[in-house]
Amino acid sequence: MSSVPTAVPVPRDIATPSESPGVLAILHDWVVTVDHKRLGIMYVVTGFIFLVIGGVEATLMRVQLAWPGLTVVPAETFNRLFTLHGTTMVFLFGIPIVFGFGNYLVPLMIGARDLAFPRLNAFGFWVLLFGGVLLYFSFLGGDGLYGAGSAPAVGWFAYAPLSERAFTPGNATDYWNLSILITGFGTIATAINLIATITTMRAPGMMLSRMPVYVWTMLVVSGMTVLILPPLSAAQIMLLLDRFLGAHYFDTQAGGSAILWQHFFWFFGHPEVYILMVPGFGFASEIIPVFSRKVIFGYATLVAATVGIGAVSMSVWAHHMFAVGMGSTLNSFFAISSMLVGVPTGVKIFNWLATMYGGKLRFRVAMLFCCAFLFQFLCAGLTGIMLAVAPWDWQLTDSYFVVAHFHFVLIGGLLFTIFAAIYYWFPKVTGRMLSERLGRWHFWLLVVGFNLTFVTMHFPGVLGMPRRIYTYPADRGWDILNLVTTLGVPLQALAVLIFIINVLYSLRRGERAGDNPWEAWTLEWATSSPPPAYNFATVPAVTSRRPLWDVQHPDDPDGPHE
Amino acid sequence: MSSGAARGRAGVIGFIVAETSLFAVFVVAYLFYIGKSATGPSPREVLDLPIVGTVCLLSSSLTVALATRALAAGRIARAGSWLLVTVALGLVFLAGTAREWRRLIVEHGFTIGTNLFGSTFYPLVGLHASHVILGLVMLSLCLVFAWSGALKVVHASRVELVSWYWHFVDGVWVVVFTVVYVVGR
Repeated sequence: MSSVPTAVPVPRDIATPSESPGVLAILHDWVVTVDHKRLGIMYVVTGFIFLVIGGVEATLMRVQLAWPGLTVVPAETFNRLFTLHGTTMVFLFGIPIVFGFGNYLVPLMIGARDLAFPRLNAFGFWVLLFGGVLLYFSFLGGDGLYGAGSAPAVGWFAYAPLSERAFTPGNATDYWNLSILITGFGTIATAINLIATITTMRAPGMMLSRMPVYVWTMLVVSGMTVLILPPLSAAQIMLLLDRFLGAHYFDTQAGGSAILWQHFFWFFGHPEVYILMVPGFGFASEIIPVFSRKVIFGYATLVAATVGIGAVSMSVWAHHMFAVGMGSTLNSFFAISSMLVGVPTGVKIFNWLATMYGGKLRFRVAMLFCCAFLFQFLCAGLTGIMLAVAPWDWQLTDSYFVVAHFHFVLIGGLLFTIFAAIYYWFPKVTGRMLSERLGRWHFWLLVVGFNLTFVTMHFPGVLGMPRRIYTYPADRGWDILNLVTTLGVPLQALAVLIFIINVLYSLRRGERAGDNPWEAWTLEWATSSPPPAYNFATVPAVTSRRPLWDVQHPDDPDGPHE
Repeated sequence: MSSGAARGRAGVIGFIVAETSLFAVFVVAYLFYIGKSATGPSPREVLDLPIVGTVCLLSSSLTVALATRALAAGRIARAGSWLLVTVALGLVFLAGTAREWRRLIVEHGFTIGTNLFGSTFYPLVGLHASHVILGLVMLSLCLVFAWSGALKVVHASRVELVSWYWHFVDGVWVVVFTVVYVVGR
């Protein structure tokens, strides 16, 4: 304590603790917190831990498939690996990252002090975390402790009737079901929270037409979540009723339908992809203007395209089901609606290109990731249009072409924008810059590794290699292609390792960031780095889409140009 | 900055939209499986129209609206009385569902595992009944607070949110009634 010899007590609220609090005190602070910034950080860290776990599962699968006839993992384990890999990446990496960033950034960007319901927010996070733990507990508990080593093996979409008790006995599938059900409740709660925050807590002057594009994307994504996650919960409740109470929702022997689950699942599953991807569009729309030193091109069209993607994405689900034989009317409808998604997505790509055109480009690591995103996402979109053509899909459904397509979306698109976002907002969150030098290594290794793996993966798909096989004969012409696909994995793993080293190093030794290291214009850069618990000492007033520009340039405010 | 009331309204609307989406899938599954059961009994053989329960539940929407209006006007005792009537009407509805299920299960031996009709009927009606129970818990809390004196005029907007949820439960019943007892029968 202080060396003041007198007995005059220092008032509690101005006393500074002389020693740093213990580990337990820090842990206690984080566990009981309802602060959106801390919860956001916990979401993102949780997401990255699951990314590494899911990545290890993917690596095991790629090693197994590197050459024909390998026996690195047995067939049974392979099924469990792809089930857990898919489930983990979608529900335990993608969702926490999307809502973690939303948690952290939305209140700061709209000038609010927290989310609308802070305790509900904490509930959402903890439910998600323990849902994830429950999924991985199935390794131990799937068949009771004596059957250790069991885990769900029905694929991440758990098609019923395959996932019915008759075909998948044991408890592993129930762990999948319950785990995703309760993480879903947490996600719905957080989505409602974000909607309430964005609709009622914006700073004075921040009309909807002045909201940052990222906040728009989170509003759309939250709205979609509220509409499409409960149907998944409903389908999962039906599956639980089938498995435990002897109901017949998906029981074909009692007259139940074999494709009803597919409809329910994909009504959730396809918009889910957009829930993951649309915030990535938001990241790009914040980062590209700042590193081009220009306003975003066509704000209104960009927002309209975002809302349009959200709306159209809910009527495309059955393009996952062309091969089940829906008839030509439904096939045509879903083919056309799927291609329609290409229109607003194309609008966005032109928005970003036009923002960069004529700009004073600064190729920092965040911008590099955004540039790679533009190329890779375009490729992902083009193979998406190919797969929307029903006859083409009949040929390639459930092949590695499909796997390559959606990994191009979720890694080439989503993961790259997530890394861009981390390089961009890390200074705000921690007060320190990430190393640009390590960042460039991270970027180039990931670009090369990713494209080596996933560009190559299209070819065995076109040559007829089905997904979800644990090995294949040597005479199909798939072997070299699979070897190259696997060779990209160590490069990507190294890139992620460098990223982790960069984060740990920069947390201690990184250059001090200051409030606004990128000379950006949205409200989160108006407060200190890291922001205080209350975010803003005075709630800022907003007069345009770039409030900080207006503060820095009172002679030429943005408002009249909008 | 926003008031708590605005946040509460936005939150409850979001919650109701999510719940609607949840119910929609159970309704779709029910409609999809009408007439597809491999064995009996069929809805026409075992279901009676729950007229009394329906009338009670729908009129409870009116009484809960009267309760919130009385509370907003500062007439706490009157609000308490209307809440009491609302809870009583809700309980009559639940009793009707309980009697129906008892008759189906004990007399007809008709359970969730009997056929597709049972598999879709019990979850849909049961999901609704569970929402009625949740609504009754919240309304009863308001009622207890009204009697204890804890309920004040300032809480009018919160009680109104409870009443929105109750209206939603009623609205869902209109759909469930139409689908199960009119279309499906």
